[in-house]
Amino acid sequence: MTQLPLDYETLRLVWWLLLGVLLIGFAIMDGFDLGIGALLPFAARTDEERRTLINLVGPTWEGNQVWLILGGGAIFAAWPALYAVSFSGFYLAMITILLALILRPVGFKFRGKIADPRWRALWDWALFIGGFVPALIFGVAVGNVLLGVPFGLDGTLRPSYEGTFFGLLRPFALVSGLVSVAMLVAHGAAVIALRTEGPVAERAGAYGRMAAAAGFVLFLLAGLWVAFLLPGYVVTSVQDVFGPSNPLNKTVTLAAGGWMANYAAHPWMIAAPVLGLGGLLVATLTLGRSALVGLAATTLAITGIIATAGLSLFPFLLPSSLDPAVSLTVWDASSSHMTLFIMLVSTLIFLPIVLAYTAWVYRVMRGPVTPASIGRNPNAY
Amino acid sequence: MIDFTVVDLARLQFAATALYHFLFVPLTLGLSFMMAIMESVYVMTGRPVWRRMTLFWGTLFGINFAMGVATGIVMEFQFGMNWSYYSHYVGDVFGAPLAIEGLMAFFLEATFIGLFFFGWDRLSKVGHLIVTWLTAFGANFSALWILVANGWMQNPVGARFNPDTMRMEVTNFAEVIFNPVAQAKFVHTVSAGYTTGAMFVMAISAFYLLRGRHVDLAKRSMAVAASFGLASALSVVVLGDESGYVATEHQRMKIAAVEAMWETEPAPAGLTLFALPGKDGNAYEVKIPWILGLITTRSLNTEVPGIRPLVEHAETRIRSGMQAAADLEAIKADPKNQAAREAFAANWKDLGYGLLLKRYRDDVQNATPEEIRKAALDTVPDVAVLFWSFRIMVAMGLYMIGFFALALVLSTLHRLRQTPAFLKLAFFSLPVPWIAIESGWLVAEYGRQPWAIEGVLPTFYAASGLSVVDLAISLGFFVTLYTALLGVMVYLMVKTIKAGPASYTLLEGLQGSSRFPEAAAANPSR
Repeated sequence: MTQLPLDYETLRLVWWLLLGVLLIGFAIMDGFDLGIGALLPFAARTDEERRTLINLVGPTWEGNQVWLILGGGAIFAAWPALYAVSFSGFYLAMITILLALILRPVGFKFRGKIADPRWRALWDWALFIGGFVPALIFGVAVGNVLLGVPFGLDGTLRPSYEGTFFGLLRPFALVSGLVSVAMLVAHGAAVIALRTEGPVAERAGAYGRMAAAAGFVLFLLAGLWVAFLLPGYVVTSVQDVFGPSNPLNKTVTLAAGGWMANYAAHPWMIAAPVLGLGGLLVATLTLGRSALVGLAATTLAITGIIATAGLSLFPFLLPSSLDPAVSLTVWDASSSHMTLFIMLVSTLIFLPIVLAYTAWVYRVMRGPVTPASIGRNPNAY
Repeated sequence: MIDFTVVDLARLQFAATALYHFLFVPLTLGLSFMMAIMESVYVMTGRPVWRRMTLFWGTLFGINFAMGVATGIVMEFQFGMNWSYYSHYVGDVFGAPLAIEGLMAFFLEATFIGLFFFGWDRLSKVGHLIVTWLTAFGANFSALWILVANGWMQNPVGARFNPDTMRMEVTNFAEVIFNPVAQAKFVHTVSAGYTTGAMFVMAISAFYLLRGRHVDLAKRSMAVAASFGLASALSVVVLGDESGYVATEHQRMKIAAVEAMWETEPAPAGLTLFALPGKDGNAYEVKIPWILGLITTRSLNTEVPGIRPLVEHAETRIRSGMQAAADLEAIKADPKNQAAREAFAANWKDLGYGLLLKRYRDDVQNATPEEIRKAALDTVPDVAVLFWSFRIMVAMGLYMIGFFALALVLSTLHRLRQTPAFLKLAFFSLPVPWIAIESGWLVAEYGRQPWAIEGVLPTFYAASGLSVVDLAISLGFFVTLYTALLGVMVYLMVKTIKAGPASYTLLEGLQGSSRFPEAAAANPSR
């Protein structure tokens, strides 16, 4: 296997970065769909207004959601231990996300087929759940990862999980969940402000500024919590970065401020939380007033916030609160050298193609979404 | 220890969600190509009726596609949620085709499906046609990668067990992609999907012709469906995935079970037309000589092994697997034990058979002869279910060949409207392809039991350590939500069909009349 052009350590690092790219890609591309879903009953009040928002999202949300599907597939392929432990550990939370996400495709497609107001109100709330609930739970999950997850691994690497669904709802995790909701609602509002006109755009702008301000405060709060209250995890043995992926070969301890260690060692990493805070601050000031600046600000904020979580945890992917030594790290939870290489080649070939045709589709669908533009299309939702 | 109630519930949930997802996928595969064919005719001839057809079938496609997407997300996540040991054990191999499916196929399909619906007034005729074809190709590439993953579950080539990471790892990815079982399954499954799409179009068009409504649209749709359906139905049967069945040991067990053939017969073996299979032999059977041997081995003198000899062989492999498990323990105790590593390298392929004993005891290397015998008998799938699902599938397949041949004759002679008996038959044949594909799923996947990955990982050993309460909650939610959504979907489909395609005329003359001048300028053909 030594004949592969990239060594195992490099590939693991590249796949850690690609995991971040996929999660950020999902949060930017599908995140605004989720945010708009969460805003739907509030920013849009009449049926015509709601149809405006639904048809704004309608042509592109299916492609956007593939970022999530691909994220799941890529974690399976590149970080199988992470996929196995986290998806089964967070079982009921995952089921809740799935039930919420199931409501989205059918909500978009079915809502417009019957004119009855009760029918449409039903699907409006289904779309609200489909946007709000995943946004919240994804954030809660990230919060729990920073807190440590109560899982164990036996000698055959079979995972076990000692936590409960309600055990996920710890205060820090709830703050993380709210950061996620605020950031995606602000992002959704920025897209609404850019693509619609009139009262919907104005209301979305107002909600978006509120969400960005709340996100700023909550993200700062979470950061201070991590810096001063939350113990972090530290690997205390030397990890073989080229070694086989087996999480049983190391020792780990908890240390106060452990999640800050990377920032002390590499001060440039502070750029990530600064970007998150700065983006939210600019969004608070500009969202709905200068549409493009607002959208750029929320996009950068999402990038900064997700990068902050990843950089704080590095090299951990999933720390175990039950048995810290079996925590999953970048160096012991990846796929084999060969699989990481094959997956990298596939990604380098196909991801640029995906980005190119996605950009083309957005170009074709550009321009404001108005009742008149909706009326022209018999396929409109 | 493993909680077998949780395993059974997880299996029930997987089967229910997969069978349900598989109600929508074949129709997506078939309808997308038929829409692309119809739109191609429109672009070539310029006749508006063909665009109306594309739009009308597209609306039904959209309702079906939404359900496929909704239920597909569950499939992508369920491996990790309910089958966490499976995910750890084979993620290195099995995860890659799933991820590539997302990258190469589902992105394509899902990105262009939006433009299919929303791009009519923003794209040129040819531009929109390309979008429709890309959507159809995306759907079919999806099927390819999913079946590469599934084919590996049936025939795990190109990988080996790594004792340092306690899992299967890729050694040759080309073998995984060009796995003969995967390739046979791909052709068989997409052809079944095309047949399903064709039957859907036939049945609904027949309904219109019987009522004398939308005759132009219905006649042309039937002509397309008849030829597309006949070609597909023939390819399902001729390129049936029996050709892949000889590839591996458990595939042979599947054939033996499908034929309820307990003993090896002298070649070429006879085909069992009818039997009453029990737990340990058939109460009654009717055989046609020679046929089975010819179909499965394509030769006159190759034997098709029976169930009992295959059980004997499994017993040998279980004994070898016990040794492999013992060697693995030795490696875990001392990673530098070279003798154990060499011994393990020689017989790791039987480790999976050793794991079958985990049902009876944890320290498999100390299993008793009775336990070994029980584990060997566990390799026999449910013969009666396989025997009958296979026959139902084949009967439906043969029926559809006859049906589409007749349809093609009547359509070519322009006698469809004068033959109401055939139109009624077409309408009532609507469920036939679904009965066939769901039976086919049972043969392939229920027939794979007791293995999650054939010969490598027993199903019961692959499940997550969840509680019965977890499973009861998730299964309850899925059943409730899925049932409700199916009801809504059928209601909306019926409503759309009853309303008919008339409303689409409002789009006439709109195509390309984009309010974006530069888009119009880019398409000077209009």
